[in-house]
Amino acid sequence: MYVLPFEKPVVELLTRVKDLRELAKSDQRLTTELRRLEDKAGKLARELFADLSPWQKVQLSRHPNRPYTLDYVETLFTDWMELSGDRRYAEDAAIVCGLAKFHGKSVAVVGHQKGRSTKDKVTRNFGQAHPEGNRKACRIYEMASRFGLPILTFIDTPGAYPGIGAEERGQSEAIGACLAAMSRAEVPIVATIIGEGGSGGALALGVANRVHVLEYGTYSVISPEGCASILWKDGSKADEAATRLKITAPDLLRLGVVDCIVDEPAGGAHQDPAAAARLVDTALWTALRELEGLSPAELVADRYQRFRAIGALLA
Amino acid sequence: MTWPQRKPAGLDASEKKSFGKGVFRKCDGCDETLPAEDFEVNFEVCPKCGKHHKLSADGWRELVLDDGKLDEWDAHLAPTDPLQFTDGKAYPDRIATAQKNAGAKEAIEIGRGHLDGRPIAWGSFLFAFMGGSMGSVVGEKITRLFERAVTERLPVVLLQASGGARMQEGILSLMQMAKTVGARERLRDAGLPFMSVLLHPTTGGVAASFALLGDVNIAEPKALIGFAGPRVIESTIRQTLPEGFQRSEFLLAHGMIDRICSRLEMKRELSVLLGHLGPQAHG
Ligand SMILES: [Zn+2]
Repeated sequence: MYVLPFEKPVVELLTRVKDLRELAKSDQRLTTELRRLEDKAGKLARELFADLSPWQKVQLSRHPNRPYTLDYVETLFTDWMELSGDRRYAEDAAIVCGLAKFHGKSVAVVGHQKGRSTKDKVTRNFGQAHPEGNRKACRIYEMASRFGLPILTFIDTPGAYPGIGAEERGQSEAIGACLAAMSRAEVPIVATIIGEGGSGGALALGVANRVHVLEYGTYSVISPEGCASILWKDGSKADEAATRLKITAPDLLRLGVVDCIVDEPAGGAHQDPAAAARLVDTALWTALRELEGLSPAELVADRYQRFRAIGALLA
Repeated sequence: MTWPQRKPAGLDASEKKSFGKGVFRKCDGCDETLPAEDFEVNFEVCPKCGKHHKLSADGWRELVLDDGKLDEWDAHLAPTDPLQFTDGKAYPDRIATAQKNAGAKEAIEIGRGHLDGRPIAWGSFLFAFMGGSMGSVVGEKITRLFERAVTERLPVVLLQASGGARMQEGILSLMQMAKTVGARERLRDAGLPFMSVLLHPTTGGVAASFALLGDVNIAEPKALIGFAGPRVIESTIRQTLPEGFQRSEFLLAHGMIDRICSRLEMKRELSVLLGHLGPQAHG
């Protein structure tokens, strides 16, 4: 497990809890001690993480052990069938799409996927989609709308890929088409920012009726590094830029960009992926329940009004 | 055919007299030094080499709209500072400077005008205003442009020149991409045409939202059009980019735009296209 410097005290405590949990399995007398330590660890983790800077949250949102889309797929859904390809040019593994059952009902799933091993990271291009990934997503949005399947998206990308091939094959148009297809879909859409919400590439999965963000997720128009290099010609001032850009979950809630913050387990989602998945599950279930009474036209109108209202201006 | 001829605007008699004494400009395309008036009467297109220099929003109105007249909508909408953003200079100060220089409250003008007698909904970016960047006000005005076009049954002609989303309004700028595209889709549902005119440059959040979703995408020659800026791409892939990369001709070759059109032909082409796609003019 990779440990960030500021995670250390929390990780040490959580490790002690884990060890004690193992021992308690064979020795009932330790149960009280275990409960006490679990409580203490939870409280301390909350305290230590309450004061995290925006830049530290960015690092958590990019944590290499953080659960990715396919980890949530495994725990939240049954009958998973991955669907591949944009039908035009290629399959792009930076975005995974598929059909699955969520609490017994079929849904369409679209999510960015970062790699875990070095080889997998390269295959998935670090979660940075080419136009093909976005066009695959677009195809699934349209199909889900035709078949009346709710769409659940999982956002976790540094951004859409900036490269020669990406430009040749129309990255701009591919993202624009995703925004249009999501706007038009006559089904409920719930987006969850599970990690990094990087710019247009994130938004291509983000035009939803409800947008959720995990406690240590971020969502930004530009990466803090990119912002710093534009403003101060110095990418190392990313921590400063992270603060100025207002990209953390509480900022996003205050600005009306997300509808709810999904709590993470003590120390972050990567410390207890199963618990994180349970919290995401509850949030998704609640959102879908709220949307299930709306007609197709009402769902489209609800989404339009949701984004129509975002912005700050003097009239 | 007759080429448009522009009266040198904004010059009084005394300034005109000074022409002889040497108000000259060098062309960025061919390096020729020519009287400034030669560029101006030609809508900033070099008469020697055809290089398209930037034309102001005023110039575009004069070039494309009948009598250069625009009945402007929502000119009063002004930006605010939702993030209390500063990068050494506070965002409100940046806005104030831009407003003073551009003589406008924001980086786009929208309204109703006529093109060869046909009423149209018109939008035109002011690149001089913070690089035509899209924050809340630009997003709102583009949304209103599409919405009002639907209500008044007008085709939309939108001229883009923008570096993308406005960083100073952070995530709210990103959200304008979703908002504007939603409105563009309402125009589609209403069966009204969207003529997307791509000027130099059209990149980032503007390119990746409505700009390439025109029923017809039409670009000026050699305009830079793309998702990522060339410097970002170069630093990502650590290669020098090929000549002509992300220029209009490149996009045409890769199937992303319908036409490349000289500025001096733009009105005629838009007029013919709107004649095909309607809606029919009143009466
Ligand atoms: Zn020239």
